[in-house]
Amino acid sequence: MSVDENRSTYGKCNNPYGHGHNYRLEVTVSGPVDASTGMVCNLVDLDGFVEREVLSRYDLENLNTLKEFAENVPTTENLCVEIFEILQRGFPHAHLEKVRLEETMMNSFEYAGSAEPRK
Amino acid sequence: MVYLTRKAEFSASHYYHNPVFSAEENRRIFGRCNNPNGHGHNYTLEVTVKGAVDARSGFVVDLKQLKEIMTREVLDAMDHRFLNKEVPEFLTQIPTTENIAIAVWQRLAPKLQKAQLHRVRVYETPDLFVDFYGEP
Repeated sequence: MSVDENRSTYGKCNNPYGHGHNYRLEVTVSGPVDASTGMVCNLVDLDGFVEREVLSRYDLENLNTLKEFAENVPTTENLCVEIFEILQRGFPHAHLEKVRLEETMMNSFEYAGSAEPRK
Repeated sequence: MVYLTRKAEFSASHYYHNPVFSAEENRRIFGRCNNPNGHGHNYTLEVTVKGAVDARSGFVVDLKQLKEIMTREVLDAMDHRFLNKEVPEFLTQIPTTENIAIAVWQRLAPKLQKAQLHRVRVYETPDLFVDFYGEP
């Protein structure tokens, strides 16, 4: 895009010095309740995976400098899809239903892969 | 397909009354909500749209435009209004949270271009909300 088009498309978000958000991430998984543990999956495993593979990669980082955003603009749409794919590739202990990402208290994004998020 | 939700808040007053019912029936069915002097709520509106992420912009929809449409079509009409008297839909329908959600859907759906309206959620109080998906 040209300088003008970037400015008109992204407005204040086009400032090359960047800006921060306090994102909130919700990961929803589903599955049968295991008879012996009473769990869908061990939350310690899920928390550990998210901490290791998502938070340690993105927390307090400049997203534009990461390789997945070298060609994709780090909109919350694209970040949401990226996080879904990380979980889908690497977390085998339950079925990934959706990822919901809040950019602010007023905006949020959901991605469920090819499925429609459950109502 | 990514689903994007934008929130807004508005304050409005209303009362429930159906002229087809007798005064006694109105009182019985609607209880305290039948007081013709109205009562207020701080409504929270959540509008969810869905669409493919545009490969160039990375957007499903321009959030600024969505906010402007919500402000123009809904908030300007309903915020700080007595819904029964000042909002055309509610001259003939009771402004229940159900009917508010439907009215919001009907106001927004024709104005959205790239993204498709998926859900309108209206909270009347933090404990009570209505979802409308545009299904009959």
